[in-house]
Amino acid sequence: MKKLGEQVMRIVFFAAACASILAVVLICVFLFANGLPAIAEIGVFDFLLGQKWKPSNDIYGILPMILGSIYVTAGAVIVGVPIGILTAIFMAKFCPKGLYRFLKPATELLAGIPSVVYGFFGLVVIVPIIGRFNDGNGSSILAASLLLGIMILPTIIGVSESAIRAVPESYYEGGRALGASHERSVFFATLPAASSGILAAVVLGIGRAIGETMAVIMVAGNHARMPAGILKGIRTLTANIVMEMGYAADLHREALIATGVVLFVFILMINLLFSVLKRRVN
Amino acid sequence: MGGERINKRGLRQRAKEYAASPLSLFLLLLVIAGAVVTLSVLIFLIVYILIKGIPYITPDLFALEYNSENVSLFPAMVNTVTMTMLALVIAAPLGIFSAIYLTEYAKRGSRVVELIRLTTETLSGIPSIVYGLFGMLFFVTALRWGYSMLAGALTLSIMILPLIMRTTEEALKAVPDSYREGSFGLGAGKLRTVFRIVLPSAVPGILAGIILATGRIVGETAALMYTAGTVADIPDSVMDSGRTLAVHMYALSNEGLHVGQAYATAVVLLVIVIAINWVSSFLAGRIAKGR
Repeated sequence: MKKLGEQVMRIVFFAAACASILAVVLICVFLFANGLPAIAEIGVFDFLLGQKWKPSNDIYGILPMILGSIYVTAGAVIVGVPIGILTAIFMAKFCPKGLYRFLKPATELLAGIPSVVYGFFGLVVIVPIIGRFNDGNGSSILAASLLLGIMILPTIIGVSESAIRAVPESYYEGGRALGASHERSVFFATLPAASSGILAAVVLGIGRAIGETMAVIMVAGNHARMPAGILKGIRTLTANIVMEMGYAADLHREALIATGVVLFVFILMINLLFSVLKRRVN
Repeated sequence: MGGERINKRGLRQRAKEYAASPLSLFLLLLVIAGAVVTLSVLIFLIVYILIKGIPYITPDLFALEYNSENVSLFPAMVNTVTMTMLALVIAAPLGIFSAIYLTEYAKRGSRVVELIRLTTETLSGIPSIVYGLFGMLFFVTALRWGYSMLAGALTLSIMILPLIMRTTEEALKAVPDSYREGSFGLGAGKLRTVFRIVLPSAVPGILAGIILATGRIVGETAALMYTAGTVADIPDSVMDSGRTLAVHMYALSNEGLHVGQAYATAVVLLVIVIAINWVSSFLAGRIAKGR
């Protein structure tokens, strides 16, 4: 009898562990089954490379949104990566212990703030400031990049910091023994050794930025047109789904789901890159 | 002690060193500037929202019923609590059981385990809007539940599953093997060892993970808009639509009519998130001390 209980629970644990496999399979099946037919109907090239998105005329080209997501993400990387890596270096190698006890929870809090709150902050602070220099129109690629740059900071700081800490202390000591200053040893001995871990942090940050939805919607303007400059508005893939899903029907709805499929494929590629990099670190 | 004093450099000595090597000074300033920017962005955001929002926190805002005049956030708060409970009731047992399987039962390097790890990693990278799309296609449309709290909760429970799994696994791994060996040595079976010995000593770590997951549920918007819907009242059952605080806040700022109330909602959300983070790091700190 006792043996039986053990066996049953073992199977229960195993079944629970398989839930994540089931979830991934279901997500893939439902997204692809609902999205791919629309892509086939619109035509792969017309869908991915079409420059016009006009659902009322049955024209579904998502190139503006793909470019929008890429531009905004690139902007976020330019803003967030240098600040994030520098903060990580500070926390790992320069920070006094007392300050660290305050700084570490602060970066964790930065990760915990909801994206609507970030979006609202962007809407009432960043957008008006940019608007002042741009004829009152502040919803732009620049606003979205700045906001996303802030939002990916905790991801980049967390992963880079542990990458820097994972470098053996002997690298740093070797630098000091050869007469290099503390800063030079950290930057030119420790940091290069942590480079693939830091690269993994950047890739993870890119994934966060490209998938961010609510904050971007609130500051990016959301016009479905080709990007025309960093002070002009843009619509991202994620924004496209949320903006129109509420009232879309038929092919329009399927085209939005297909937008989700394109986003999903982007994310899968980024995830793959991340796990390859992480494996290289280990 | 003596060695430390010799190694300590005076301010003047440091200044001399930096004068000799401007690059070092530049790098030092750069690193400090990075940390200052990060910290000041966080402080500015919190202080700005608190200062702008607190004046708008009025008794009206917590009226029992929502209408367009009082814009009460009370129903949204109740919905947030319900949503959190529902999602955790589903995800916490699943996540904890999977972690138990991975740490206590699975053979290292087996094919299934690798597949489970791969899928968990994939799940944790999927953005919330994709979860929202899936929830809409599966729970709302295919299962014909319509916009409902349950559809939202199930969507969120998949989303937080990898987080709970990872934190529980870390907590279980931190339990010393001697505990297990002691239990086996006294004649206890595997199951009894897991439930009576290993799990109780991992409780703070598991709780810290669950609290972090609560934070993600409270802040989630994109995954809920098209699964739980945006009705601003307390639903009669879990099969009805209802919006959480974060969705409520997005709706307010999107309509643009009640910016003051949006600020106030942001304050409430921030306070909840700060409290959650504080409790979670307090628990994590207790684990670190216990070791």
